[in-house]
Amino acid sequence: MADPIIQMKDIEKHFGSVIALAGVSVDVFAGECHCLLGDNGAGKSTFIKTMSGVHKPTHGEIIFEGRPLDFADPRDAIAAGIATVHQHLAMIPLMSVSRNFFMGNEPLKKVAGISFFDHDYANRVTMEEMRKMGINLRGPDQAVGTLSGGERQTVAIARAVHFGAKVLILDEPTSALGVRQTSNVLATIDKVRKQGIAVVFITHNVRHAMAVGDRFTVLNRGKTLGTAERGDITPEELQDMMAGGQEMATLEGSLGGTV
Amino acid sequence: MRQALIRPELGGIVGTVAVFTLFALFAFDSGMFNSQGVMNWTIVSAQFMIIAVGACLLMISGEFDLSVGSMIGFAGMMIAVFGVVLAWPMWIAIIITFVICCALGALNGFIVVRTGLPSFIVTLAFLFILRGFTIYIPQTIERKTIIGGIRDAAEGDWLAPVFGGKIGQPLFQWLGDAGIIGVFERGSRAGQPVVDGIPMLIIWALVLIVFGHILLTRTRFGNWIFASGGDAEAARNSGVPVNKVKILMFTFTAFCATVFAVCQVMEFGSAGADRGLLKEFEAIIAVVIGGALLTGGYGSVIGAALGALIFGVVQQGLFFAGVESSLFRVFLGVILLFAVILNTYIRRIITGER
Repeated sequence: MADPIIQMKDIEKHFGSVIALAGVSVDVFAGECHCLLGDNGAGKSTFIKTMSGVHKPTHGEIIFEGRPLDFADPRDAIAAGIATVHQHLAMIPLMSVSRNFFMGNEPLKKVAGISFFDHDYANRVTMEEMRKMGINLRGPDQAVGTLSGGERQTVAIARAVHFGAKVLILDEPTSALGVRQTSNVLATIDKVRKQGIAVVFITHNVRHAMAVGDRFTVLNRGKTLGTAERGDITPEELQDMMAGGQEMATLEGSLGGTV
Repeated sequence: MRQALIRPELGGIVGTVAVFTLFALFAFDSGMFNSQGVMNWTIVSAQFMIIAVGACLLMISGEFDLSVGSMIGFAGMMIAVFGVVLAWPMWIAIIITFVICCALGALNGFIVVRTGLPSFIVTLAFLFILRGFTIYIPQTIERKTIIGGIRDAAEGDWLAPVFGGKIGQPLFQWLGDAGIIGVFERGSRAGQPVVDGIPMLIIWALVLIVFGHILLTRTRFGNWIFASGGDAEAARNSGVPVNKVKILMFTFTAFCATVFAVCQVMEFGSAGADRGLLKEFEAIIAVVIGGALLTGGYGSVIGAALGALIFGVVQQGLFFAGVESSLFRVFLGVILLFAVILNTYIRRIITGER
């Protein structure tokens, strides 16, 4: 196997006396979907924020494409090719898809020495990228608010990919979605992975993880319980690891294994 | 069809058509639509437009400025203090006033983005602070609340006519000679047209509208304005410099208020401590009639300009139609309510909320 595109080595993160991460190591490879599982408060958010340059690790090392990383802020991370798609804070509902797609990366054209927003280019690219992802827009000026939650996630993912993401961090993209929309987002993740992009998929839903994941890392109370390859682990085992093995067995019995 | 109608200007367009139809029916013979009447309500509308453009862009970026009215009074007073009391050349007085007022606007914005307080509260504080100074300064140095003599002080100045002058006199003379517009029948100005040029106030209004509209719809910065107001956190995540955008919009609002103030003092020849009272609300009402959402992220400069036009036409039109002028406020309240309800409905359609 090739070298990992991003290596998180023994990452610790303390907030004052609170230890959010107590030595987590994860390797992510290009073209794989790496699922990061964990219950609420397990340290998933802190971990991806460290990866995307929002937090500086208290201890430990991040190696990106073979070089140690030192991001001053998230924009550095984005420029280097680490993009994060947040669960809620990704799209602006009142704005059109094309304005959203190019938000912060507006294409410009010069007319008489003044830079204008190149709407023609933005609209064309937006329609093209959306078609690739299997979303048929009425038009590029359609407001994002009219899209379903799954479609919004897909637009956000397509945007990150279009702007050269090498590592795509998806923060609970499926947690608020219905069954059909979830499957659309999972299909999108699959497409992105096949383009050779490393996907870090954060979820607490084992079935969503099993559907697309190549490898699985479970976080529990700021520690990792190791990384497992697809096929080496059953959903039940993952579930157990997430819950820390406590009482889950009895609960699962009474719920008929539906959690 | 429905999609084509769902645009911010909808309310403004419908309102404009309705208002003109109404006055054409009920006040056509009153002189409202001859050259003098048209100039009358155009000037009033242009005043509203100037402050509405600033308020519109600021509101779309997600903030309010309640200090616009006080800023108008303050800016006018600064012109008088520098230009008349200190007797500096008028162009220096104007430029320094612009610098001070824009800096105060930026300070407003800086406090808002730094503290995270609602702009409502921060600018409410400035409403009182600036109004207080506007009364205190002339009282302390001149023992009165109105400082006159600005027209004399501006005589022969190169910058003052940019705000207080008129253009197009030859055209209007020609129109008068051709009998298209009214001319004075007798007196020392007999033969001269009653309306003898377009005041620079109107030119400023048009320039600001065109600038604001292009900035908002055709530039990268315009996209940032929408994004900052639509969802500041999402915009930041995408690399939009939200704080910078908001501070600049506060500055621009202060700039617009200063333009208004300078045009006004040049026209009246004096600065008064009570100038600009309630203008902040009139600006916000014009913007809301024009289809902008109070919550930010959606709106149009053209809509705000139409809102200002409705405002001006109705205010002056009621006078021409001989309607009791206090009813103007009733009308204002009613149309504001309608506009907000319509905007909320449009918002639901856009965002798919139920």
